[in-house]
Amino acid sequence: MQEALFHIFKTMQNNLKPVISSTADLQDEVAQLLVECLNLDVTADQITPDAPLYGDGLGLDSIDVLEVALTVSKRYGLQLRSDGADNRHIFGSLRSLCDYIATHRTL
Amino acid sequence: MLPLILHQSPEDIVAWRADGAVTRQQFLFEVDQLAAQLPTGEHLLNMCRDRYRFSVGLAAAMVSGKVSLLPSAHTPEMLRQIRGLAPDVFCLTDNELCAQDLPQVQYPAMGACPASALAVPQIKAAQRIAVVFTSGSTGIPQPHPKTWGALVSSVQAEIARLGVERDCTLIGTVPPQHMYGFETTILMAWLSGCALSHAQPFYPADICCALEAVPAPRVLVSSPLHLRALIASGLVLPDIKQVVSATAPLPLKLAQDIESGFHAPLFEIYGSTETGQIAARRPAHGPAWQLFPGIKLTVDGECARAHGAHIGEPVALSDQIEPLTDEHFLLHGRMADLVNIAGKRHSLASLDHLLGSIPGVVDGAFYMPDETGHITRLAACVVAPRMTPSTLLSALREHIDPVFLPRPLLFVDALPRNSTGKLPRSALQALFQSHE
Repeated sequence: MQEALFHIFKTMQNNLKPVISSTADLQDEVAQLLVECLNLDVTADQITPDAPLYGDGLGLDSIDVLEVALTVSKRYGLQLRSDGADNRHIFGSLRSLCDYIATHRTL
Repeated sequence: MLPLILHQSPEDIVAWRADGAVTRQQFLFEVDQLAAQLPTGEHLLNMCRDRYRFSVGLAAAMVSGKVSLLPSAHTPEMLRQIRGLAPDVFCLTDNELCAQDLPQVQYPAMGACPASALAVPQIKAAQRIAVVFTSGSTGIPQPHPKTWGALVSSVQAEIARLGVERDCTLIGTVPPQHMYGFETTILMAWLSGCALSHAQPFYPADICCALEAVPAPRVLVSSPLHLRALIASGLVLPDIKQVVSATAPLPLKLAQDIESGFHAPLFEIYGSTETGQIAARRPAHGPAWQLFPGIKLTVDGECARAHGAHIGEPVALSDQIEPLTDEHFLLHGRMADLVNIAGKRHSLASLDHLLGSIPGVVDGAFYMPDETGHITRLAACVVAPRMTPSTLLSALREHIDPVFLPRPLLFVDALPRNSTGKLPRSALQALFQSHE
């Protein structure tokens, strides 16, 4: 139970971090990483920052999201979490994913 | 008549949710409360994300004589077809964003339970409690009804084989709406008298947190997709007593990494939507699968059929099977028509049929590249002069789970059909290789 409380506390702390907007450089880097790790049919510069990554946009599915999460966690030293309603939001667009990375990265 | 759950006393823990333990008494009270609020329709689409709420929804349906429908995907087309098969269907949801075009029941807030002990409901063995669906080779979903008696029999065999005891807690990464998660995260908890975790963790850090939130001994019920991510994350996990995997066989190296990384025995379950689970193996002890008691395999040429125990009529399996003894066999991959992507199965013939039926598609075919050890994606080539990739993908998305969407999707002038109009796999392979 103590462990669970600790986690809730950690999550609250994380959610309280002020959001840092991502730079165009980081967006380019992450777009390149998406294309490479998912073997996508598009080039990095075809991924516009605000187009949806799920569904009708880039068409990522849950397998892709898990794959991207692994790559992102290693590259930027962060762990993605799906608690809270912001999981769908994180993968809403390249920009929101990059903002999340900019806010939570340790590397 | 068979009891709904095998928890012996009203204080026994049935589940762990965010606010702590749920006793048998509280669970049965909530089942009664929900059952009283369900509409008159006999068919329920249980979309609850929370595993505990799913279990309350399932139990409430069972005690009211309703059937839970468990389709393999929730695409708009699948829901249209479900409504065609069961016009009275309604959706139980615990998610405010649930946008299904069906009558909806929102999972209610529950009160505190009364002091006097509630009796465990008894369910008729012949009662149809669930219908699961497969894609079928024509694209029309094939219903497979499951009776309570058959499910109890197969899950009891699983409990005996895995040695799951009543002090355990089951933590699942697979949804309870699919046959494996349904049997192994819900029914296995009910019928072994152990507890289930309400969580539906996705990312490695979520799995870690869901494990930490419940007391040991813990049984992790997962799939190759999640286990691979969990190992690759390098996260330090709390003690796990046992790991269970299904949906696709684990590569031996990954199986070994899981046993050594988690310091826990790993068991794999083999089964199908049609048969439920029928065999298990411990990959560390060898590649052979051992059938559950009473299940028999008959192999005739390429086709293996399972029968006996909880399976009624013999059921054809969609994998290539080599029997070793009466109760042991080896798996040699899928039949050519079946694709399995991260545990989701679909008939290749039905995908081709679907592609050809989309207005604007002149000709088209899906292609499953040779597997490379990691998750392999379907590809497709089409002749569709007046369509764009995005309009074609949107049309496909209406009908199939996103994991089956082709990547790449090639637009060509003609498919490499031979003089008899057939499309040899080797010709498709050459076509895709030339586009790499």
